[in-house]
Amino acid sequence: MLRLDKVSVSYKDTLALKNITIHIQEGQKVALIGPSGAGKTTLLYTLYELEKQHASFVYQDYALVPQLSVFHNVYMGRLDHYHTAYNLFNLLKPQKKEIEKVAPILDSLGMLDTMFKRVGALSGGQQQRAAIARAMFRKVETMFADEPVSSIDPHQAGTVLRLITHATKTVIFSLHSVDLALQFAERIIGMRLGQILFDLPSDQVNDHVLSQLYKPC
Amino acid sequence: MLKTSLLFVSIAFILLFAADLEVTTLNPWQELQRMAIGAVVPDFMAVYAVKEAFLNTVVFAFCGIFLSIFMGSVLAFFFEWKPVRLFCAFIRAVHELFWALIFLPVVGLNPLCGVFAIAVPYTGIFAKVYAEIRQESDHSPLKAFPPHSSRVSQFFYGVLPAIYADIKHYSAYRLECALRSSAILGFVGLPTLGFHLETAFREGLYSEVFAILYCFYFLIASLKYWIKEKVSWIYVVLAFVFISKEVSLSWQNFTRFFTYEILPWPMRRRGVLDGTMDVSFSSDSVWNWGKNILQTEGFDGVWNTIVLTQVVLVGTGVMTLIVFPLVCQHFQQGIPRRCSRYLLIVIRTTPEYILAYAFLQLWGPSMLPAIVAIGLHNGAILGHLTGQNADLIQLRADTPRGKINRYFFEVLPRVYGQFLAFLFYRWEVMMRESAILGILGIYTLGFYIDSAISDDKMDKAVFLILMTALLNMVIDTTSQVIRKRLKISTKLTTSG
Repeated sequence: MLRLDKVSVSYKDTLALKNITIHIQEGQKVALIGPSGAGKTTLLYTLYELEKQHASFVYQDYALVPQLSVFHNVYMGRLDHYHTAYNLFNLLKPQKKEIEKVAPILDSLGMLDTMFKRVGALSGGQQQRAAIARAMFRKVETMFADEPVSSIDPHQAGTVLRLITHATKTVIFSLHSVDLALQFAERIIGMRLGQILFDLPSDQVNDHVLSQLYKPC
Repeated sequence: MLKTSLLFVSIAFILLFAADLEVTTLNPWQELQRMAIGAVVPDFMAVYAVKEAFLNTVVFAFCGIFLSIFMGSVLAFFFEWKPVRLFCAFIRAVHELFWALIFLPVVGLNPLCGVFAIAVPYTGIFAKVYAEIRQESDHSPLKAFPPHSSRVSQFFYGVLPAIYADIKHYSAYRLECALRSSAILGFVGLPTLGFHLETAFREGLYSEVFAILYCFYFLIASLKYWIKEKVSWIYVVLAFVFISKEVSLSWQNFTRFFTYEILPWPMRRRGVLDGTMDVSFSSDSVWNWGKNILQTEGFDGVWNTIVLTQVVLVGTGVMTLIVFPLVCQHFQQGIPRRCSRYLLIVIRTTPEYILAYAFLQLWGPSMLPAIVAIGLHNGAILGHLTGQNADLIQLRADTPRGKINRYFFEVLPRVYGQFLAFLFYRWEVMMRESAILGILGIYTLGFYIDSAISDDKMDKAVFLILMTALLNMVIDTTSQVIRKRLKISTKLTTSG
């Protein structure tokens, strides 16, 4: 379903991805792991570009509008589904119908009480969950997530990842925590210096491959 | 930066010899004494008599600012297009008093003249500033928007919330500027405060002058208490209702002015003489007409405007460097600092045109009143901004204990970049002010424009106004190039 064949990506003079070949089947839960600067984010963006119309993305910097409420930030996930006039009306006065759609998602993320709070007034972890809620509200079959639980405590991180992987058919996410990756993904792609070092089912990832992945340069 | 500063100081020093700085009044000290008495004993009863002028000043400012916010917002969306940028640069390059002089023969002495005179240049300013605010805002939320969401939805959800606070803050500041502009429109005959100030100045009624000025300061200072976001639309509606009673606009006059009267005289000459009012074009005669204006008045006006602008630029710089420590926490504390701040507020609230008019009464017509007026007004603005900038600096642990050493070896080097950026940013403003003060009898472009209008030669006036706009755009562009080359920005930073 998602396919890259010998793709390289560079920013100015820096080669971020080198000769990447990857196939991802529908319904897979894939985790990208590797040290900082390995090219995980670039690979996520490149894959997202292939499926942009039918996918959502959770950004590392959340990409929220801090001046607006959590409700409005989440609602942004489906701006393309409604007429502009309705969107503007909903901005001025949140519609009951939309509130009823947003509420269960926020509730599942433990954010219901913050629905009408300004995003800028929330903690980093709450903002990250608001960004996840927006991606979930988009109701698409593929989700890309770049470090989606980096600001969430380890206990809640597991809950949030479980929620994401259950709610969306195909999930591709990058993580720094190998434990979480092994727990919630069925396929692990190890990246280093813009290249795929290994691409294995999670039950075949062992200490040896991980030590190769994270060894000092 | 030092080389650039020294270059501009040297140019100003040389031009100072070309500047007319003669004091022509017989006894300026006696006049100053009378002014001082007027300042101490203001005649507030006189203010009651000019209450309508106060109301007009506020009403023109509100209508003008509303129209310019509306039109400026629309133009800001298309600011990437070069024709829009050039159009905005042109309309803001012409001072509001010049616009008033242009609109006066078209709409006559009615409120529309004042409203348009404010709205047109402010539209150019708003378009530029709003577009800059939008460009500099955080664009990161936009990447998270669904690919096919409409641009309008994206703007209202992703852009407007991020820039709204800045836009609101800047628009409120501009309302204060519009009140100043509205006040000085009285100097060309519109029924605002300037009209009564000019009369009182001319008649030497300084108690009346200062009573009006004090009330004007009070009006500006009180803005933040009565201009509230939720009720400001009521003021705008009331302002439009107020002017609607007196508005009269002849489209025939309007069209005739912009399609006929501003055409060069050689194009209209034959039609006027034979009574047909036909227009004929001969490139030779139009060229000679333009050449003649340039040789007799244009070049002289441009030269004097440049002389005044350059001297004022350096004068403003010097004043800024002297006054900013007075309002900076690293040099002053408590009551002296507070008094200095109030003094700067009063100076920058007084329109430079009124300051120049006051100094003109003291010293007579020369460049001296203009240099002091523009230098004081802009120095007070830049002194406040540079002081604010310096306040943000965290002094080193080993900072010199003596104030002079601290000024020269710690604070000044760290704020100098921003100070220069502010100064060059206001260069074009100073040029506009230098040109307009010609109306007061100084031989800058404004003098020749005013004379052309008095002689009912609108073609010549418009030609000279276009020259002023062109000169302003050249200075604006030069300022941008210098700021870019020196890599200086007006943004407040804590590092040097």
